[in-house]
Amino acid sequence: MISIRLRKHFSGVHPPFILDVDYVIAPQMRRVAFFGPSGSGKSLTLHCLAGLVKPDSGHVCLGDRVLYDDAAGVSVSARRRRIGYMFQDYALFPHLSVLQNAAYARTGCFPRFVSIAERDKAQAVLERLGIGNLAGLRPDELSGGQRQRVAMARALNADPELLLLDEPFSALDTLLRERLRRELLEILAGLTIPAIIITHDPDDVDVFADGLILYDEGRARPVPDWRKARTGFASVGQCLRHLADNARQPLHG
Amino acid sequence: MDFDWHAVLTPLGLSLRVAGLATLISFLAAMLAAWLLARKRSALPAFVDACCTLPLVLPPTVLGYYLILLVGRRGVAGQWLNEVGINLIFSWQGAVVAATVVVFPLIYKSARAALEQVNPHLENAARTLGASEWRIFISVSLPLAWRGVFAGLMLAFARGMGEFGATLMIAGNIPGKTQTLALAIYDAFQSGNDLRATRLVLVTSLVCIVLLTAAECLTSRYGKNK
Repeated sequence: MISIRLRKHFSGVHPPFILDVDYVIAPQMRRVAFFGPSGSGKSLTLHCLAGLVKPDSGHVCLGDRVLYDDAAGVSVSARRRRIGYMFQDYALFPHLSVLQNAAYARTGCFPRFVSIAERDKAQAVLERLGIGNLAGLRPDELSGGQRQRVAMARALNADPELLLLDEPFSALDTLLRERLRRELLEILAGLTIPAIIITHDPDDVDVFADGLILYDEGRARPVPDWRKARTGFASVGQCLRHLADNARQPLHG
Repeated sequence: MDFDWHAVLTPLGLSLRVAGLATLISFLAAMLAAWLLARKRSALPAFVDACCTLPLVLPPTVLGYYLILLVGRRGVAGQWLNEVGINLIFSWQGAVVAATVVVFPLIYKSARAALEQVNPHLENAARTLGASEWRIFISVSLPLAWRGVFAGLMLAFARGMGEFGATLMIAGNIPGKTQTLALAIYDAFQSGNDLRATRLVLVTSLVCIVLLTAAECLTSRYGKNK
């Protein structure tokens, strides 16, 4: 179970942006999608969840661990949250090889020195994701899809309890997307940890999501039983548009 | 030809030693400062940043004067140093102190600029992978900024080789003890020893050219197979 209550105010932008979300993701939701237009607070929520941004107030709970609670004065640092984060641009370390990237969470100040045990472990994760043959390459020698897998391998090798994927396909062209979506789904299906994926592509939601949270202008609305709602519509686009319109009315009415 | 090569080699060795040590000390201090100041943005870091840049714009004689106030026999730190048996005035260690202060901004400025160029996503990625701030600095930020840092080091070393004003005020101009290349040139020129001055000038120029060329080759070669 993931419970999120966040408030964060940005007065420096025009118009001022306020993130104000409060919801619970049930434990049976293995793959949750945050869907909404850009600038609606999806990425900010993930950043707060991962501990990269500190909210003004709120409460973040992952399972029975309290990660943030302003009232209780709890704020666990990003490095101790055990939350894997896959960045939009994958954020692979360009000065390290694929293997050294994958082993980063388990090496020291000099990530070029990987012990034999960690080398085997990182190699095993790479093999599991089907990129064992790329271990010696540098990130800039890889294709977009390969980079994505390396980022995934690196995050998984840190043994996270939750995986966050920030628009995993936005750096790829449309033809690749189709194939990689399927591949990523297979990888996620093999994981025991839950994953949250940010997207503004309805097809991503259709393929991935058990649970759906709609974002709009800093507000979030979880859709109860979204799979059931989906069956009533011919296309996922129609369904999401309908849900989004419904979500908007009470907020603005 | 009965030229005394020691008259060239002694100041050269001293200059290399002073510039090398000053660069090393400044490097460590500048890294610490850049790391600390990159984290927080408020009025205090802006003031500290200005202070770190100050030696670049102040005349070396002003720096020398401040340093004498600080580490001189009656200086704040100087009295304490005296008690533990260290005297920086008129010693080559004093020359190192002077050069350290003078070259510090060169390393600090270029390191700071290079560190700010590093994609913050990479540092955030390291954070989510469980790395401490210090480890992120050593394993991600610094290796990615090393070209800028290295360029700063080279500039600092070359500048340290040529340091004159502050060194003269603190360490004096004692042949064989604190007389660096720059001081020896001035000394030779003043005493009308043109041959010696010419040789010293040529040696200084040569060392600096070799240094800067080597630095250029290193950075461009590593840049290609990055």
